[in-house]
Amino acid sequence: MAESAGHAAVDVASAMVTAPIAPLDAIIVAPTLITLLFGAVLLMARKRPETQAPLGIAGLLLLTAATAGILARVVTGGPLTMTMGSWLPPFGITFAVDVLGASFALVSSVVALVVGVFASRGLRRVESRYGFYPFLLLMMAGVCNAFLTGDIFNLYVWFEVMLIASFGLIVLGNSKEQLDGAVRYAVLNLLAAAFFLTATGYLYGALGTLNMAEIAIKLREGVPGMPVNTITALYILGFGMKAAAFPVAFWLPASYHTPSPSAGAVFAGLLTKVGAYALLRTLIMLMPSEEALYDTFLTAIAIGTMLLGSLGAMGHSDFRRILGYLVISGIGVILAGLAIGTAEGLAGGIFYAFHSMIVMSALYLASGLIGQLGGSQDLRKLGGLYGASPLLAGLTLTLVFSVSALPPFSGFWAKILVTEAAMVDGRWWLAGIVLGTGLLNALASGRAFTQIFWRGGPSGTPDGAEKSVPGEIPGEDRAVLFGSLAALTLMSLVIGLWPSPLMRLAEAGAAGLLDPTLYIRAVFGGAS
Amino acid sequence: MSTVIFRAIAPYLTALMVLFSVFVLLRGHNNPGGGFIGGLIAASAFAIYGIAYGVPPVRRALRFHPMGIAGFGLVVATLAGVPSLIGGKPFLTALWAYPKIFGMEVAISTATFFDIGVYLVVLGTITSVALSLEERER
Repeated sequence: MAESAGHAAVDVASAMVTAPIAPLDAIIVAPTLITLLFGAVLLMARKRPETQAPLGIAGLLLLTAATAGILARVVTGGPLTMTMGSWLPPFGITFAVDVLGASFALVSSVVALVVGVFASRGLRRVESRYGFYPFLLLMMAGVCNAFLTGDIFNLYVWFEVMLIASFGLIVLGNSKEQLDGAVRYAVLNLLAAAFFLTATGYLYGALGTLNMAEIAIKLREGVPGMPVNTITALYILGFGMKAAAFPVAFWLPASYHTPSPSAGAVFAGLLTKVGAYALLRTLIMLMPSEEALYDTFLTAIAIGTMLLGSLGAMGHSDFRRILGYLVISGIGVILAGLAIGTAEGLAGGIFYAFHSMIVMSALYLASGLIGQLGGSQDLRKLGGLYGASPLLAGLTLTLVFSVSALPPFSGFWAKILVTEAAMVDGRWWLAGIVLGTGLLNALASGRAFTQIFWRGGPSGTPDGAEKSVPGEIPGEDRAVLFGSLAALTLMSLVIGLWPSPLMRLAEAGAAGLLDPTLYIRAVFGGAS
Repeated sequence: MSTVIFRAIAPYLTALMVLFSVFVLLRGHNNPGGGFIGGLIAASAFAIYGIAYGVPPVRRALRFHPMGIAGFGLVVATLAGVPSLIGGKPFLTALWAYPKIFGMEVAISTATFFDIGVYLVVLGTITSVALSLEERER
């Protein structure tokens, strides 16, 4: 710090980070820089539609590389932290990444990259002109930084960034239906944010800090007279709404079927999982002492969410609404892992979150192609698509198998882990519901598949008759659209055949949540 | 709202408010003020000009689309954090320089550029909102 004559020298060593940081550790802010810079430049270049897709995809590629770098660094070297502006906590905002945060960030940027590639051909002109890519990049700023931050108020800020960018994405097509969906989405998510903020206010009032590592220390030591129950309940309510948990999940199927397929894919893949991540972070890492309190409560929520999702998926005839309910059902499985609370249970929940990010995004992309071919999302009006595109049928069938937790796809291992953890923990009924809803999901998605692809034409078409489909996918778009859908489908298959790397990440993430010693030491290592 | 008095006063008022907004922005480092409030003052200046003369003259006078200005501000604010990284300090650490300009010592920091970025983001966003609302009214 250059102190010139005339400026009183102040002793800053007690309030500021003075040790230099290793150059490679600077990678922790790379996602922030990349998403914000690319988002801003894309916003400036809005009037030049031809630059949007290449710039956006380049940004997402860099983001994926950066998050992969962070994960590699975290897996080998332990949690990585940086305190912004050199001000020590509790003044400065700390970014702290452990295996859990880094792997969530990597999976979400991979999904966003594939969706970004799909969108280069899958968007209507009006959608790209109104700024799909700037919003996507800014939403990824919210999503990735929420996974990287180590400060609970900063987490709130990134939630808001994510939320505002997603408002933009949901109304891109400017149709009446989309505005209707956006209003429901906006009102309930703002309400959830208000609960989150209130809980954080209580927490700050009681502990005097917002740094997650410091909160974890103080809550483990125990603070007399602290309204922990209130805070826990508010966090469960706030994040539960974000994650679309029962009984506050109804905004999701009411809004997720309205945006363009590309936007729907990132919504379904990423946004609810950020809520689930925040639940994992706050409940397991910050407030483990309250486990007994929220255990039963959370189990009930998990069961309700799984059942609501699966039954809702059975009961609807709009393909995208069915997918919305399948997202909810997946959230229920993640919450079941969280409610079990053992290392295996958490690892299962985390693994399921990775699986669900990939597969649900892929299914929404598939719904886009189905809509383009069949001219509708209504199962009663669709049919005969197998003849129009066997490739799409094959990819969709793979995804249907994966979402129904059939081997050899990623969903199989995810459900195995959660079921096994539930059995080991003596909760055979929870295991039964996890498996039972898997069967219901298979029925719901299988019904959708047979009606869309195997029936000769719209509802009422006699057996054996073949009707031609109303739409078509232009030849020059095919490689990009099918390629990106196939990439996600292939990921699900590869994870299913070779699950151990991702499983190890999920286990390391769960271990880091249950015993955050390394995380805490990394944050305060610079302070001592 | 197009009375003669208002139309005659509006350009001067706008010019004064923009000048004042820059003053508020720059004094903000150590005194009340800063990029956010400065940006709000500047945006209300453009809104007043728009009420008096209509939206197209404001858009012409701004040259760039307000959203573009906001994007540029975000770039400036983000890049203001980078010099400290190159110097081996955490992101967004304020670095200071005290060059002498005409014999006067002027304190410049990276935090100033961050604040200028905030100023432009707020100016761009609020102006964009205000102008589209004024456009709807006609």
